[in-house]
Amino acid sequence: MAFSPNLIADLQQIWYYQFMQNAYEAGTLVAIIGGVVGYFVVLRRSTFVAHAFSEIGFAGAAGAILLGIPAIAGMILGSTVGGTGIALLSRRSSHRDVYIGIVLAFALGLGLLFINLYPGGYATEAISILFGEILGVRRSDVLLTLVLSVLILFGVGIVYRPLLFSSLDEPVAEAKGLPTLFLGIVFLFLVALSVSISIQVTGVLLIFSLMVTPAATAQHLASKPRNVIIISVAISLAATWTGLFVAFYTPYPVSFFITAIVFGLYILVRVLHRKIKAPGEQRRGWKERMQTFVRDYSP
Amino acid sequence: MNIAEARLASPKVQSTIATAQNLTAGYPGKVVWKDANFTIEEGEFVAIIGPNGAGKTTLFRILLGLQRPLNGSINLFGTEPKRGSSRIGYVPQQHVIDDESHIESFELVRLGFSGKQWGFSLFSKDDTNAALAALEGVGGTELAHRPLAELSGGELQRIFLAEALVSNPELLLLDEPLSNLDMKRERDLLSLVNNVVRTRKVAALLIAHNINPLLPYLDKVIYIANGKVASGKPEEVFTSESLSTLYDTDVEVLHDSKGNLAIVGIEGHHGDVE
Repeated sequence: MAFSPNLIADLQQIWYYQFMQNAYEAGTLVAIIGGVVGYFVVLRRSTFVAHAFSEIGFAGAAGAILLGIPAIAGMILGSTVGGTGIALLSRRSSHRDVYIGIVLAFALGLGLLFINLYPGGYATEAISILFGEILGVRRSDVLLTLVLSVLILFGVGIVYRPLLFSSLDEPVAEAKGLPTLFLGIVFLFLVALSVSISIQVTGVLLIFSLMVTPAATAQHLASKPRNVIIISVAISLAATWTGLFVAFYTPYPVSFFITAIVFGLYILVRVLHRKIKAPGEQRRGWKERMQTFVRDYSP
Repeated sequence: MNIAEARLASPKVQSTIATAQNLTAGYPGKVVWKDANFTIEEGEFVAIIGPNGAGKTTLFRILLGLQRPLNGSINLFGTEPKRGSSRIGYVPQQHVIDDESHIESFELVRLGFSGKQWGFSLFSKDDTNAALAALEGVGGTELAHRPLAELSGGELQRIFLAEALVSNPELLLLDEPLSNLDMKRERDLLSLVNNVVRTRKVAALLIAHNINPLLPYLDKVIYIANGKVASGKPEEVFTSESLSTLYDTDVEVLHDSKGNLAIVGIEGHHGDVE
């Protein structure tokens, strides 16, 4: 199979293979979810939570493989149980990181044990969980991913404005009577589910490439939450589709291309950010910035 | 005619918003202050003054229904304070503004109006109109589409004020809005709050350290110190007798030629009041 300049013919060729079709379908769903839920992960500065869930998912997946049930089922079980544990342990956010670290370390150890117990040699299984094996996604995984994606989007739709409000301005949201603690738990569950399906594509260790980087990039390009989410989804979709496409014609892993593309876009946006018109206002020259500075800090 | 206009147009006499009787606040095992008696009338501008840690924010938490009084009674809008009252607009002291996010002011103000609603609303324009009106009310129209992270302290306070006003409250709770402002910005914000109080007939409770910039505007002062609470008109509270009773020590209130006050004799109480 060789790459040709005719992209449509290329895609027809790629989609001729069932495993590539599965990969594109699962990848598309995961990219959408990663872009949407990732926005709240970034907004709430909860990247560590997302990371923890993916490592807890690792234990779940490894255990599932050991028991001969689908890895994704194990991840969902692992990350929801872990999510409940983290939510219960850290009712207030101040010490959440410590509790997450404690749960995370234990989960990783457990995962290592499960992988070791696996009879047929564990290296391949471990690598595919840790770094993603989107080309190994089966039809049933795609369906499960679809169901979960719809569920997650539905959940986000319901809590959208209260979650946004309590993420942006928790004291006021609390005073206005919003159940901020409950919203935090709902958020953890949404992240747990999203991480479970994203691991198929990016693996445990590269989870940030879809759950964090696209949203972090999009934040610099728009000033309305809705637009940030749209751009974030667009970035993860572009990275996933391009990654799969390039990986098909090269011997290198899909996850690498996805991480490389989102990373490259992030750097590009950060570097060009000062050149692009800042969102919401005309770019201010240094003179005007100085004037504002002097105005604000002079008595 | 919106609610604020309706309130202004109604001919009825000034009504009481809050009444405290022998109110005692604190946590189980620790009384912060006790036996507070005060009323807050519709459209009053009230300063809450006192040293750090005296329990000024505690009073807000009680009014917001976030904390129950230990003793005594507090009546707010004819009933006990309940969390989530849309008749209160609140500006907390601590706002975390993420400088990585470029969220614009308008979105925050809009969430003040619709952030409590579950589900999606793609077509409603109510929240947009309410947010624009609130921004206009604080002279913040030109800030609407600026990212929060780029605003100066004074501009941010105006946005928070708009966020609090967007639901048309009858009572505004402002927790140290002046704390990070220079003198000019302090004056600007105070005259804005005063304007809001007078034109919308909304009562405002403002926590501050220094009474002097507030003196031209105030209807009432609630002075919290030394576990006790004194309230009344500024000229009643800021007397040597009244403050000496409050602090249980000899306190002297001095006046300068411009009408500024200085309180002498409370150095041991960590008083920031100048």
